Amino acid sequence: MLKTFPTGGVHPPENKLTAGIPIEYLPVPPNVVIPLSQHIGAPAIPAVNKGDYVKVGQVIGTGKGFVSANIHSSVSGKVNKIDLAPDSGGFKQNAVYIDVEGDEWLDTIDRSKEIKREISLSREEIVKKCLESGIVGLGGATFPSHVKLTVPSGKKCEVLIINGVECEPYLTSDHRLMLEKGEEVLVGVSILMKALNVASAMIGIENNKPDAIARMSELAAGSFKGITVHPLKVKYPQGAEKQLIKALTGREVPSGKLPLDVGAVVHNVGTAFAVYEAVQKNKPLFERVVTVTGKMVSKPGNYMVRTGTPLIRLIEAAGGIPESTGKIINGGPMMGKAVSNTDVPVVKGMSGVILMPAEESVRRVIEPCIRCAKCVSACPLNLEPYLLMTLSEKSMFERAEKERITDCMECGSCSFTCPAGRPLLDYIRLGKSTVIRMARERNLK
Amino acid sequence: MSNLLNVSPSPHVHGKESTQKLMLNVVIALIPAFITSVFYFGIGAIIVTATSVASCLIFEYLIQRFVLKKPISITDGSALVTGILLAFNLPSNIPVLIVIIGSFISIAVAKMTFGGLGNNPFNPALVGRVFMLISFPVQMTSWPVPKGLGTGYLDAVTGATPLAIIKEGLKNGEPLSKLMQMIPTPSQMFLGDMGGSMGEVAAVALLIGFIYLLYKKVITWHIPVSIVATMAVFTTILWLVNPEKNADPMFHILAGGVLLGAIFMATDYVTSPMVPRAMLIYGCGIGIITVIIRVYGAYPEGVSFAILIMNAFVPLMNAYIKPKRFGEEVKNG
Repeated sequence: MLKTFPTGGVHPPENKLTAGIPIEYLPVPPNVVIPLSQHIGAPAIPAVNKGDYVKVGQVIGTGKGFVSANIHSSVSGKVNKIDLAPDSGGFKQNAVYIDVEGDEWLDTIDRSKEIKREISLSREEIVKKCLESGIVGLGGATFPSHVKLTVPSGKKCEVLIINGVECEPYLTSDHRLMLEKGEEVLVGVSILMKALNVASAMIGIENNKPDAIARMSELAAGSFKGITVHPLKVKYPQGAEKQLIKALTGREVPSGKLPLDVGAVVHNVGTAFAVYEAVQKNKPLFERVVTVTGKMVSKPGNYMVRTGTPLIRLIEAAGGIPESTGKIINGGPMMGKAVSNTDVPVVKGMSGVILMPAEESVRRVIEPCIRCAKCVSACPLNLEPYLLMTLSEKSMFERAEKERITDCMECGSCSFTCPAGRPLLDYIRLGKSTVIRMARERNLK
Repeated sequence: MSNLLNVSPSPHVHGKESTQKLMLNVVIALIPAFITSVFYFGIGAIIVTATSVASCLIFEYLIQRFVLKKPISITDGSALVTGILLAFNLPSNIPVLIVIIGSFISIAVAKMTFGGLGNNPFNPALVGRVFMLISFPVQMTSWPVPKGLGTGYLDAVTGATPLAIIKEGLKNGEPLSKLMQMIPTPSQMFLGDMGGSMGEVAAVALLIGFIYLLYKKVITWHIPVSIVATMAVFTTILWLVNPEKNADPMFHILAGGVLLGAIFMATDYVTSPMVPRAMLIYGCGIGIITVIIRVYGAYPEGVSFAILIMNAFVPLMNAYIKPKRFGEEVKNG
């Protein structure tokens, strides 16, 4: 029996079209727009001025505040301006516009192909390196990694969990990374283990990636002490932090608490790779693997892309936008965001771009709820989505709070499964944000 | 492509399930029971089912079109299912006019007055059936003797159901062992060779439908299994205490509408609870009330009443019986 989380979950069609396609380096574009907010938390403060010449890897924005992160230039060239630019969500954010000149990297970055396994940095130095290198969670949440590596006093990390689940349909960037950069990822995991002072790390990989499981198991068994690979049953949302911890350790993170409260810390395989590059190669985070895919896309693939590259460059590399496209998604089809503009820049948190055909990109007609309870059994958090939707619709927010609407992680399993095509998650988001606001106002009093 | 992209919140993909598909699966699951009812009761089964289905669909259409003035949704399949289930709960020799009246009560009174699909607190087919039972007690309790395809319609030879034979006999002080010889054997009852509502007799056909519904994930096991298990436990206790007065559990489960009720009526989405734990309580309630009515009540059969009574508790159960939330109680191992 393969491990998985016990209740809820759905199985959307996997459509991993790019699983067998090796990572390709996307050429550096003539211009980049690097947003100063590529993480949750406060935007970084610009560290360059208009007209400055920057090199690849140079800091152009300094993280300010506890959960902020540094931003580095992904190209060499002249700063054209620092101005607002729309991000993939359509909101305008401060960004550094750079006109590319050549490809001159900082001398401090080790560009050799050699894999460096010896970890010479101390625990504190590793955390500091992650902070300086602008490492954030690459699974999509973009939570600054140095914060997760700093265990507060009174808490203890017992196990490090590495998320190689990639439960979202279509996406294969983590899959390819494990296949092609497996050793680097494992060195990254060892670095994270050292930083957290734990003896063991568990890598969870869904069973639809047997080649990645085999590769990682083989590498780990060879020479990485304490690292074990665990195949997991294919079920969405297995990659959700709390579900993954439950699947691998049986521990249940209490509502409103953090993984560390059950002695676990979760990092993504992409993050482990970025940590390897930062710590061993002195290379800050300015490029990542992005899957570009879709049923009609002529040349879907996995691309190593510099941040700030316009989305359209990436799509053009994959053969351009097919005639029948109706929606372009930043991220996976279950939790990703639809973009309104293809000029938006690639950012640290972008794991995939999906071009959906027009006929798949329209919402269903909303029919009456037949109370089939399929949403209740699909909810991995054992909430009652039908009820939360009704309470939000009727503005009964106090009751929604009692029914634990704030536990919802917006995985979308309820909306996915509803036979009546009801927009459950849309209403739950409305209710959840209102309840969070109400609670904040209450705390201020 | 057009220059405009669709922008909407996640999720961007949707499962293949739809209300219509779920309802059609229920209809498919009812086909074996329909075949056996025609096999045992002949032309009457076809006439009653056709009348019931047609009138349910027509009433729903007329009410949506002329009274509610809302979009017509009769293609969702729910009125079709109600029509079939209502027919399955009737004797095959019942006059067409009574079927039409029953359909009207089911659709107009039990369903549409509450707002249509998804809003009715009571199972529409059962409301129609109980209304007919109270209003037309003679026609509703004269059961054709199964004579195969030549059973006839209004001129069918009638006889008592096994439940009625036991009930009447015990009332008249006859010993149970003698009464048990007057009813069909368990294997005959399992195959459906007995008097009763046309869709309820053949346990084997209903079980095939049950397996299909489970396989297609239309329903879960909770409600049917809890009803049958509760009845089995309850009737076993009564039987062990007084085998001369109380029939054995096998008889209770195979006779009457237990399987039709447990598999197809009690599991009606709209009128059953949302949470597995509540489903088990609901099923237990139906099982207990059914046995109480059968053994101590005035009617020989009690499944319809039991389901309707438990339907009334569903809103209460939905409000107070909650699933154990993820992260609610921490058990770390």
